[in-house]
Amino acid sequence: MDIAGILATKGEKAHTIRPEQTIREALALLARHNVGALIVVEGGERPVGILSERDIVREATHNETLFGRTVADIMTRDVITGAPHDDLLTVAHTMIEKRIRHLPVVDKDRLVGIVSIGDILKAQRDQYQGELDTLQTQFLADDRAR
Amino acid sequence: MARPGTAAEPLRVAIVGAGPTGYYAAEALFKNEHGVVVEVDVYDRLPTPYGLVRAGVAPDHQKIKAVTAAFDKVAANPRFRFFGGVEFGKDLTLGDLRAHYHQVLYCTGAQTDRRMGIPGEDLQGSHPATEFVAWYNGHPDYRDYGFDLSQERAAVVGVGNVAIDVARILCRTPEELATTDIAEHALEALRKSRVKEVYLLGRRGPAQAAFTNPEIKEIGELADADVIVRPEEVELDPLSRAALDKSQDRATRKKVEILQGYALRKPAGKSRRLIVRFLVSPVELTGDAAGRVVAMRLVRNELYATATGALQPRATTLFEALPVGLVFRSVGYRGVPLPGVPFNESWGVILNEKGRVLDPDTKQPIVGEYTAGWIKRGPSGVIGTNKPDAAETVACMLEDLAQGAVLQPAHPAAAVAEALVRQRTPNCLSYADWLRLNALEVSRGRAQGRPRVKFTRVEEMLAALGR
Repeated sequence: MDIAGILATKGEKAHTIRPEQTIREALALLARHNVGALIVVEGGERPVGILSERDIVREATHNETLFGRTVADIMTRDVITGAPHDDLLTVAHTMIEKRIRHLPVVDKDRLVGIVSIGDILKAQRDQYQGELDTLQTQFLADDRAR
Repeated sequence: MARPGTAAEPLRVAIVGAGPTGYYAAEALFKNEHGVVVEVDVYDRLPTPYGLVRAGVAPDHQKIKAVTAAFDKVAANPRFRFFGGVEFGKDLTLGDLRAHYHQVLYCTGAQTDRRMGIPGEDLQGSHPATEFVAWYNGHPDYRDYGFDLSQERAAVVGVGNVAIDVARILCRTPEELATTDIAEHALEALRKSRVKEVYLLGRRGPAQAAFTNPEIKEIGELADADVIVRPEEVELDPLSRAALDKSQDRATRKKVEILQGYALRKPAGKSRRLIVRFLVSPVELTGDAAGRVVAMRLVRNELYATATGALQPRATTLFEALPVGLVFRSVGYRGVPLPGVPFNESWGVILNEKGRVLDPDTKQPIVGEYTAGWIKRGPSGVIGTNKPDAAETVACMLEDLAQGAVLQPAHPAAAVAEALVRQRTPNCLSYADWLRLNALEVSRGRAQGRPRVKFTRVEEMLAALGR
């Protein structure tokens, strides 16, 4: 299975914000959409960074005035991005290893969605559950055949 | 208005598509933990149910087809009805369904194949593998298709389980096939087959091939076909080796071991050869003056790692020619849009969020419309994968019901819906009809020592039922 299968049932492409917007606006978006990260895009659809809850928390520990700061000030710039046909297993490993919780997915330089580690775990769980169910059905068929 | 879901006013759900997902969804609806009383009407374009379990799963894989016993249990629920031979958008419109049901659930699967996008793809003798599969499985729409089995060399592009099914069926002896429920017309055609060599072509390496281990083992045990693998193509490249060491994925390790074992085998001189190739992609099909495919030009690929470490193929400048007279492409599947239902072109699925169909403009859920299975998430996983997928959608359906967000049909009575369907499609089949037809197929098969002999024309099915 590839990560396009996750994006297919997510409706909205991804929640985005522009670098010049404020952290206050970012918090409002995170709360409104009930998500843990926003993709920072410039000039339409090109991702230039990611802003996660963790980025904001980290900044808040030493900066009382962060609400008025811009997204560009505290976003993470070196973003690892995925491609739609990257396979689930590899992406899961990479996200766990590099402790990434949100992976923007880019196709031909265009942002096409975002997958979270939660999405990946759910997809893996469903995959294993499905395989188990199919195997069980086959074992039962064996029993009947005997 | 009282919320539906009681014995007096059940929640009425129309499911479009009687494949595995349709059954899993019906089961999840019946077993709901909220005490909601649900009535399910399942519609299928074909007179017969089970979707790809009947028309896709290979005839020599009866154990996989045995999942239908679980489906029949779901169908035995008195609140389950089946209407076979009723096409959504033609015999019944979305408007009709909205006037008779509180919720509509689309489970129509991925009905078309992806194209390779190379010159010569449409030459005579080049086919989507799905057409061949539907043909040998007796799908009525493909009953009169023909495949030129007088050719000696065939190539199957792709290394998923469908590709391997096609290659295996081409390599089976008539005696092996005669114990399966392969369609009679296909069995007759394959008896006369002159195919001697079948190539299975993977664009990446053995560690990335989608086929599963039981399938790869099976091709090493064919009665009259040798499996041939080039040692250098199943030797892992450094990237694949590193990825496998890191992931400790035992199934993939085993897959590579089996293939490397095949590379060491000496051909036993059987009459057919199944040749599995890796790291090659067709770039062009070439034809003769009559427009028939005669060869395939292949490019050798190398692997590279994407940013996440996933391994993808990249063409080199090394080419080779492969003379073949028959080509089956099996490089992926794609959903087909349904009339009036929003579609997500990027992924080839109904536009949805967790199974709730979305309005393309507002991106908000459309009240009363849902989707599950391959037409929701794309073609991935095994049959059972559709069970958790359907459960996710059903959870959304029940959540929306609790919020009162359901359709308000003008005619919610089950009898009214049935009257409409029977008026539009007088020849539609009920589940009882299907069970009779099934018994007839099985008894026809018993005489020949086969699991069943399928009816492969709609008229034949109707005649068998005395219509």
